[in-house]
Amino acid sequence: MLEVEDLTVEVGGREIIHDVSFNIDIGETLALFGPNGSGKTTLLMAIMGFPRYEVTRGRILFNREDITHLPVDERSRMGIGILFQRPPVVRGVKMREMVRACLGGREDGAVIEQLAQQANMVELLDREVNYGFSGGEVKRSELLQLIAQSPEFVLLDEPDSGVDLVNISLVGEMINDLLQKDRMRNRTSSGLIITHTGHILDYVSVDRACVLLNGGIWCRGNPREILTSIKSHGYEGCAVCQK
Amino acid sequence: MSEITRSKATGERAQKVQGKTAPPADDIDLDAYTSVAEEHPYQEDPSRLPPQAKERILESGVTLDNLAQRSGTFLQIDHSVIHSKAQQGGLEVMSSLEALEKYPWLSDYWWQAVSADADKFTAEAERNQHHGYFIRSLPGTKAIQPVQACLYLAQHGLAQNVHNVIIAEEDSELHIITGCATAKMEREGLHIGISEFYVKKGAKVTFTMIHNWAPKMAVRPRSGIIIEEGSVFLSNYVCLKPVRTLQMYPTARCVGENALVRFNSVLVAAPGTTMDVGSRAILGARGSRAEIVSRVITTGGSIIARGHLVGQVADVKGHLECRGLILSEKGTIHAIPELEGLVEGVDLSHEAAVGKIAEEEIEYLMARGLSRDEAVAVIVRGFLSVDIEGLPPELSAQMQRAIDMSEQELL
Ligand SMILES: Nc1ncnc2c1ncn2[C@@H]1O[C@H](COP(=O)(O)OP(=O)(O)OP(=O)(O)O)[C@@H](O)[C@H]1O
Ligand SMILES: [Mg+2]
Repeated sequence: MLEVEDLTVEVGGREIIHDVSFNIDIGETLALFGPNGSGKTTLLMAIMGFPRYEVTRGRILFNREDITHLPVDERSRMGIGILFQRPPVVRGVKMREMVRACLGGREDGAVIEQLAQQANMVELLDREVNYGFSGGEVKRSELLQLIAQSPEFVLLDEPDSGVDLVNISLVGEMINDLLQKDRMRNRTSSGLIITHTGHILDYVSVDRACVLLNGGIWCRGNPREILTSIKSHGYEGCAVCQK
Repeated sequence: MSEITRSKATGERAQKVQGKTAPPADDIDLDAYTSVAEEHPYQEDPSRLPPQAKERILESGVTLDNLAQRSGTFLQIDHSVIHSKAQQGGLEVMSSLEALEKYPWLSDYWWQAVSADADKFTAEAERNQHHGYFIRSLPGTKAIQPVQACLYLAQHGLAQNVHNVIIAEEDSELHIITGCATAKMEREGLHIGISEFYVKKGAKVTFTMIHNWAPKMAVRPRSGIIIEEGSVFLSNYVCLKPVRTLQMYPTARCVGENALVRFNSVLVAAPGTTMDVGSRAILGARGSRAEIVSRVITTGGSIIARGHLVGQVADVKGHLECRGLILSEKGTIHAIPELEGLVEGVDLSHEAAVGKIAEEEIEYLMARGLSRDEAVAVIVRGFLSVDIEGLPPELSAQMQRAIDMSEQELL
């Protein structure tokens, strides 16, 4: 479904991602680990196609189509969605309007209410997008928008950071919904989840994992094993292991 | 009357305060306009006006067809009052000149909230007044439906100088929607509108004004509001259509304890439009509060967005918020927020932001599948939809309709 080949990304003239390659198959979920500043967000933003993240080498294929130079909105309409680590505040625009926009502009008040109910966001529908939202509210708001948009492929940038124990199970449920985790077969959606703590992995099953260090992929394997190793040896362990 | 008398002293002080921020140089030549208007006949049934006039009036938020949607009506074309009627007991709606004859006591209110010698426009309105409305709610009257008033300019080159007086007696509630419009887009003219509001103890007034002028119009509203103990004044001002020059700085004085005033303004300046618009609240009694919110957009015109809060006594609170969007290379926005604390114990704050739409916000919406233009439209629509608390649903729907109509032209 997603193929990233030798991708190199520059931000503000500085090369952050160097020759990264990986694939995600249909129905598959990949976990991405890596220390602060290693380039995880940069990689996701480049896959989504934000202009500030300039691809200088390599390419990105989505459903076999080269999307490396397509604008953000086209990628979104092709079925790629993203949960932002730090989404901007959009003053004046209400959550209700935002969800309506994610639904493709269809004026369906009842659907919006129902989706918001599932996200425990009903009382936030009349608030301005992300304005004064708590950490957990930001994540639920992002997921609510994604569920309305219903992409085939989701990029989830730290869906579990700053989320308390009660909310994390709700966040997990919403991600499972997006990734069609209730289906054992014929799953059509896939995803990539960035997590530091791995907490979300207690709620969402992932198939594989890789570690990003200094803008390059250092390690691939079983998510549980990698997480356990990072927990006991830190990311230095990954660097050593690679040698 | 004690509160009103007291406010005279406050009024003088306000004048001094006002003097500090000199109004901009004014290029309006009063002699360039005629003050001789053709008479228009009185209409028993305002829904029988010509369709073109009705449409322009509707665009300024005033619906003439459905009588059930209002508690009173006032319609003036040029210098003629063509309809005025109160449709609810406890309400009075008539020409202000007629009211002045009918009620000798009205002279105690005349030029008390706005001073006649404030500038050449107030002076001109005092010399040559062409009606305007008098709206009064008697003590305890709750008029849930709005009084709809429309000041309409039909004759080319005319000066229309109106003087409005609004009195909400104790514990009454009054909602007014005023639409101002011109007959045709090419009309040239001058509109001077004096509005004096007296919100008595425990009363509540909402005043929604929608301006629907023309690209060659010069407009000079002059408003003063006196708010007594425990009463509320909410103003919503919308001007989204081109106008050559518009300058106004309504001033509310909270003279009674726990008085509350809120000004919302939404302005759009097209190329060729110059707007110098602000709101001022003078917090002169303990517990009084003010909130001034303005949203301004330029698509090529120039806007000065002012705001001024004066804390004269302790235990008052005021907040000023001005946000401006520049949607064109040529447009300019100059936000001038002023806070003036004259004693200890005042709590005044402001926030102002002027710029273009943040690229990050546009891209955020694009990541949800919207095209760039759709993303900009959603953001601009959100920007213009000021939260209007305290308005009856019918009235806020009308205001939203006016905004929506102009938005379609804007985007
Ligand atoms: N606009 C920018 N200009 C300059 N440097 C940037 C920019 N955006 C990101 N960077 C740099 O790129 C590097 C990678 O940042 P990125 O946000 O991708 O890290 P991350 O792995 O997501 O970190 P975290 O775990 O803290 O979220 C950092 O050193 C960061 O400062
Ligand atoms: Mg990050």
